[in-house]
Amino acid sequence: MCLYFNGSASQKQVFSFAMAHSCFVFLSLHVCSRGFLCLVVPCLDSLCLSASQQLVGVVGLEIHAQINSNTKLFSSSPVCFLAPPNSLVSFFDASLPGTLPVLNRRCVEAAVMTGLALDCTINRKSLFDRKHYFYADLPAGYQITQQRRPIAVDGMLTYSLLGGIKRSQVIKKNVHIKQIQLEQDSGKSLHDDVRSQTLIDLNRAGVGLMELVMEPDMSCGEEAAAAVRELQLILQALGTCQGNMSEGQLRVDANVSVHRPGEPLGIRTEVKNINSVRYLARAIDYEIQRQIDILQRGGTVQNETRAYDAKLGETIPMRDKEGLQDYRFMPEPNLPPLIVFEDNASLPAGIDACQAVVLQKIREGLPELPSVKRDRLVQMYGILPEHSFTLVNEDGLMEYFEAVLKETKAGPRKVTGWVTNELLGQLRQQDMSVAQSLISPLALAELLELQETGHISSSVAKQVFQEMWSSGKTALQIIQEQDLGLISDTAQLHSICQKVVDSHPDEVHAIRNGNKKVLNKLMGLVKKETRGRADPVLLLMRL
Amino acid sequence: MLSLTIKEVSLALREGRISPTELCRRCLDRIKKTHLNAYISVTEDLALKQAQEAETRLLQGVPKGPLDGIPFAVKDNFCTENIKTTCASRMLRDYTPPYNATVVQKLLDQGAVLVGKTNMDEFAMGAGSTDGAFGPVRNPWSYAAPYRQQTGASPDSDWVIAGGSSGGSAAAVASLTSYLALGSDTGGSTRNPGALCGVVALKPTYGLLSRHGLIPLVNSMDVPGIITRSANDAAIVLGILQGLDRRDSTTIPAPSPLTELPEDFDVKDMCIGIPKEYHAPGLSAQTLAQWSHVADMLERGGARVEQVSLPHTQYSIVCYRVLCHAEVASNMARFDGLQYGMRDYLLLDATSQIRLHPTILSTDALYATTRHEGFNDVVRGRILSGNYFLLKQNYQHYFVKAQKVRRLIANDFKQVFSSGVDMLLTPTTLTDAARYSDFTQEDNQTRSAQEDVFTQPVNIAGLPAVSVPIALSKRGLPIGLQLIGPALQDKRLLSVAQWIEQRVGFPSIKFSPSASGVALICLNKNLIMFTLGTCIFCSCSPIYYFLYSVLVVLSRGFGYS
Repeated sequence: MCLYFNGSASQKQVFSFAMAHSCFVFLSLHVCSRGFLCLVVPCLDSLCLSASQQLVGVVGLEIHAQINSNTKLFSSSPVCFLAPPNSLVSFFDASLPGTLPVLNRRCVEAAVMTGLALDCTINRKSLFDRKHYFYADLPAGYQITQQRRPIAVDGMLTYSLLGGIKRSQVIKKNVHIKQIQLEQDSGKSLHDDVRSQTLIDLNRAGVGLMELVMEPDMSCGEEAAAAVRELQLILQALGTCQGNMSEGQLRVDANVSVHRPGEPLGIRTEVKNINSVRYLARAIDYEIQRQIDILQRGGTVQNETRAYDAKLGETIPMRDKEGLQDYRFMPEPNLPPLIVFEDNASLPAGIDACQAVVLQKIREGLPELPSVKRDRLVQMYGILPEHSFTLVNEDGLMEYFEAVLKETKAGPRKVTGWVTNELLGQLRQQDMSVAQSLISPLALAELLELQETGHISSSVAKQVFQEMWSSGKTALQIIQEQDLGLISDTAQLHSICQKVVDSHPDEVHAIRNGNKKVLNKLMGLVKKETRGRADPVLLLMRL
Repeated sequence: MLSLTIKEVSLALREGRISPTELCRRCLDRIKKTHLNAYISVTEDLALKQAQEAETRLLQGVPKGPLDGIPFAVKDNFCTENIKTTCASRMLRDYTPPYNATVVQKLLDQGAVLVGKTNMDEFAMGAGSTDGAFGPVRNPWSYAAPYRQQTGASPDSDWVIAGGSSGGSAAAVASLTSYLALGSDTGGSTRNPGALCGVVALKPTYGLLSRHGLIPLVNSMDVPGIITRSANDAAIVLGILQGLDRRDSTTIPAPSPLTELPEDFDVKDMCIGIPKEYHAPGLSAQTLAQWSHVADMLERGGARVEQVSLPHTQYSIVCYRVLCHAEVASNMARFDGLQYGMRDYLLLDATSQIRLHPTILSTDALYATTRHEGFNDVVRGRILSGNYFLLKQNYQHYFVKAQKVRRLIANDFKQVFSSGVDMLLTPTTLTDAARYSDFTQEDNQTRSAQEDVFTQPVNIAGLPAVSVPIALSKRGLPIGLQLIGPALQDKRLLSVAQWIEQRVGFPSIKFSPSASGVALICLNKNLIMFTLGTCIFCSCSPIYYFLYSVLVVLSRGFGYS
């Protein structure tokens, strides 16, 4: 233990901390992951199989979440994606000799908040370490991380899968969070193989990361994908990470092995280079199957790092950079222990409350988490739990849903059906996000209102919806232009009915003989004649 | 004028007895005349510009503070904006930082005039200032009358070392080319040369001075050191430099504002501890005699002098070695030649395109070549052993164990200070300065282990300590003693140092006519030297300045300057 003189006696005390409340994250399944094939069935779900024979996958995840903050972890350089190369580099980020790290309080608070949301124990005292390796985009020759004593430990992420025949059964799962540690991001290397040169961009060097280590509690790609999606939603709700995988704000490495239940874990491989939740599931399932195939052929799995090739849909061995690495960890001597205080009352004299990281304050500022949001939707609107997943898991869909609901008399279940089927179907088809929707919540509400007040039938409403999407016109415009309103003029309806009755004497005869079912055929014919505009109730009366 | 203290010269500047530009010119001239290799870079143009600005302020009667217009020097491991900062290494031979170290900035903000960057051991690894890429520093006392009178040989063959690693800074202050200098102190690197060069050298409490901009050796032990000609000067400088710096998270608030020391400080009723373990093998009889002499003096002054024990001190060297080498291995990792520093691997080809040297076939090869060429054997050796100590299989065995020993050594001090002892009095070094030819017989590690024995435990514990010049040895070389205090008692420490300083009457440096730096230049012009007599550079008599300028003209005329 190094000697520092800037920590008062009370700062040096360490308390173990038990969370006052637990946050259970509710069930989740990203709709995208529908149709994922879970190649390996966990043993509990497959009791009919002989456990000793069945090889199952074991999956642990290491997730690097870029902290959403204005400046870097140890310097005042701004953080911004896609800025001109090397435009956001302070002297410290470039590791100029003599520069020292200065911890960013915002990053610490983000990690603490994430820890609280994941039911972690927040270490009152955590430490920073140096992890050494030579790489061109790591200018100091070491990364500052938290190896010995991270900021948060021993948490839990609860996520859900939709299972069962119709995938409407909610299956709740847990994954343990071993730790959350604060660390620096590295710069980026761009390799130009043609000219055999490497270009270095240090904009990312020193950006704050939370590394979340998940225990190997998952057994297949679908579970891992569902867990990561839930984590993504939590981080976005907290605002501690934007969570965009394609921009590298959330980077997931999977540790995959297979074994027979009850036996020790098998040799694992680490799968990297996964840049979407969808690829995560595919990469893991591919890797599990690959390992099973090897073992079944009598081979052995190599402990190695593999990269996921999205085009091939396979994991391939990564060229091992430096062989076996010894990171030569040592304490970071330029940063005193990081102290987190319980409440303002526990601050030692002379410490400004604005400068300190105070648990109570962060806990009070925790926003509504996705699981709570889903419960609220189910209770408030009486919708089905599986619909609440869709609404919450799709970015912006819940807000869209609530905006529509506010402007129409249509019930929540009905609106849910519209946004989860028609709207989402359309968005999926076009590969668009909710924010990009061509129909605003207000426009959809107008459409639903027209249906609700009896101006159009439900089948016409769907037709109008398509028309709105492609033409950009309002529902009212389309209905008027194409004369799609319900025929409420009884005389007009009567004449249409008369025409149908006149031209189908056989059917009329059958009805008169008591075969009421034939009436439906006549109704269908009238509907066809009116292009769905006939009010069915009125129609039945006429006929 | 050049031999005055900061307090005295500050008064002379305010009273207009000398102008900042004149003072600056004299220091710059003196740097040119003394061939001690104390400076790596002399910042002449910048210094004159700063002096001119100070002059304007002084003329307007609005000086920035007590240091306005006073020349200072900085060890070449403190970053200075747009001024080369080499750490005396080939690795940073042409490195120019884009910012000032906090301590440098604070001095500049006071109007102090930077005359140059001082020589040192490469990356501050050494105890003699003999292991830098720019050659060894010579101790100014090698050319002073007392030493020259004892030795019959030519000054070029028997000059003595300045101590290290801040030898250039100590030599700069001792040779009267600057009034104060910044050193760095990791295991004694400020106090050791301070003692050997006969100047006051303060190693403040860890964290009291910012390390931002100090190119590190061992982050957990490094402190900027202050080298001056009096304890009071050190207090003035400490007052300016101390305090929180938000760019260095290990800094602490200053316990009190500090300006000058009380003139009438009394040691009566103080308790001075004499650590028995500091009666180390190799301690010279004369140093021991001075140690006893000062202890008696304190006792006569009314202090209680007690023998105390610091039992774990003996493990300090080996503990330091593990911790130091481990941090060195880590701190040196950034010197890969990619972003700054040595880039000898780059060549210009026939079409003026920058190309890699043909032998460099990979990034690893580039690193290896750069680091092999850029670092000397000492640095490379420490990197190698440091990485060994940090290997996963060795970490517990070496690094963790050394940290535990560090705690024990620190606790020794804590226990002594909590038992009623106010301060410790020890020697600073085992002996007076060694001849360069003798010193270089041993390798760097052996020498460092010998030289740091009294100074290093202080860094391990983060305590303040000051080396005070006491007397000249029979060889005519300075002997210094060290005072060690509890954390944050820097001011009290300096007060006791001043009390001793007032009573020992350490002589000011007097250059022998045939052996001063100037004499070196004019070795064959004995006639001129005879007309000049002794001690021309530390006198402020106008007649000597006249003679001095004659000398400058003459030596220029002979083509020697």
